[in-house]
Amino acid sequence: MHPLLSLQDISFAYHNLKGETPALTNISLQVSEGEFLAIVGPSGCGKSTLLSIIAGLLPPESGTIYYRGLASTDYRQDCVLKIGYMLQHDHLFEWRTIYQNVILGLELNHALTAENIAYVETLLKDYDLSAFQDKKPSELSGGMRQRAALIRTMAIHPDLLLLDEPFSALDFQTRLGVSADIAQIIRQTGKTALLITHDLSEAITLADRVIVLSKRPASIKCEMQITYPIGRSDPLAVRCTKEYQDYFNQLWEVLTDGQTIS
Amino acid sequence: MDRPFPKTDAPISPRQQQFLLAHRRHHHMVSLTRLLLLLLFLGIWELAARMDWIDTFFFSSPSGILQYLYQLLIDYSIFQHIGITLFETVLSFLLVTVSSLALATLLWYHNSLSEILEPYLVILNALPKSALAPLLIVWLGTGTDTIIVAGISVAVFGSIISLYTGFCQADPETLKLIYTLGGTRRDALCKVILPSSVPLILSNMKVNIGLSLVGVIIGEFLAARRGLGYLIIYGSQVFQLNMVITSILILCGIAMIFYRLIQSAEHYYRKKY
Repeated sequence: MHPLLSLQDISFAYHNLKGETPALTNISLQVSEGEFLAIVGPSGCGKSTLLSIIAGLLPPESGTIYYRGLASTDYRQDCVLKIGYMLQHDHLFEWRTIYQNVILGLELNHALTAENIAYVETLLKDYDLSAFQDKKPSELSGGMRQRAALIRTMAIHPDLLLLDEPFSALDFQTRLGVSADIAQIIRQTGKTALLITHDLSEAITLADRVIVLSKRPASIKCEMQITYPIGRSDPLAVRCTKEYQDYFNQLWEVLTDGQTIS
Repeated sequence: MDRPFPKTDAPISPRQQQFLLAHRRHHHMVSLTRLLLLLLFLGIWELAARMDWIDTFFFSSPSGILQYLYQLLIDYSIFQHIGITLFETVLSFLLVTVSSLALATLLWYHNSLSEILEPYLVILNALPKSALAPLLIVWLGTGTDTIIVAGISVAVFGSIISLYTGFCQADPETLKLIYTLGGTRRDALCKVILPSSVPLILSNMKVNIGLSLVGVIIGEFLAARRGLGYLIIYGSQVFQLNMVITSILILCGIAMIFYRLIQSAEHYYRKKY
């Protein structure tokens, strides 16, 4: 069986009159169905560029993307797989109610069927937002807004979720709670997810596998499978285990080119 | 983080009551002083006229203006003048609003088009529109058409530029959201750019109504037999300063009413969103 997503030697550079800024060099990776993959790298290393390429918003300069084993030239035309994208900020529109915000994706895809609307309503109930569906985004807390953004993404039934540092705009305390919440939701629904973050501990707590990128232009530095004997049901409890410490130290060493924490 | 504005049904505390009272008092003070200032001005003007400190032939007087206004009201001619000016202003305002929205949208939609047209827009905006008036008279004759075109020409270029600039300032990440959800550039326009620009469009309308009025009055100065602009020019030519000043005061009233109308549209929008 083919992996859900496979990248083969993807490279990309930004161009302007002053010159060329290479962002990605020869990135090859695979994401299999149901996996939670995290990609970690220093700020500005081209992580978001990688997600934009995967989501078909930017064409790669060289290399091939395979969705379910099919080489893609244009993601939007191929439609082999639905991709949900969560951005850093929730971008809920203030001129729409929460309900109108979460059905935005369905509206844009002309998919406002009774079935999909019922699905959105179950999601609102499951994530404790039913009572707030007629409120304006500014009336909700940061965590609730991020959950609403997740519903907006889930409403279009994505096969692959791309998470572009979706928690980085939240304060630390909210962030721990929300990231645990959202990871739970993703695991429960069996979605495949690709999380991009510069926060090493977030990556280790949430993901099944972590890929470390180098500084710009990004290339893959190392890859690590993450498993915990206590299981993944509680992302907060995982932070107290010895395995967590080990993974953290190993990856820290890779990220900082061999400088250990003294 | 909790909800930013928790609604409470708790009774108003004495300090809050004090604050509310002080706020109301301040509000009354401002309105009252405004009114007094106006009355003081009118009083001094009237006094100066009665005491022959100023020549009423050149400076008119509040009572003279009232008398003249009464005359105009009796023979209904003032309504015709006001009506024609209002009609011309509203029509050119509507045309400016619709066409500048359409053009700004078009420019946003086609990046290269806006790049190509930019210098032309800037020049047309900077050009003193009254310089065009003689041309308009030659082309369109003297009449309503010329005046409406004059009203449009004063407001439209600035309006296009400010709307287009506003459209371009939309958060690129928000647009990215639309694209990640499978939307097109058209969706980005309809779901993000236009709804998020409503406050901009409303404040742009405030500017436009004023400028349209300016253009219409310039047009009436040069090419009309009716309207407040015509009354002003005619009055000055026959040294009927009552006529001139009355017309100017009526214009003040019209400008204020227009401004208030758009302001209440703004309030309505803000309450709703």
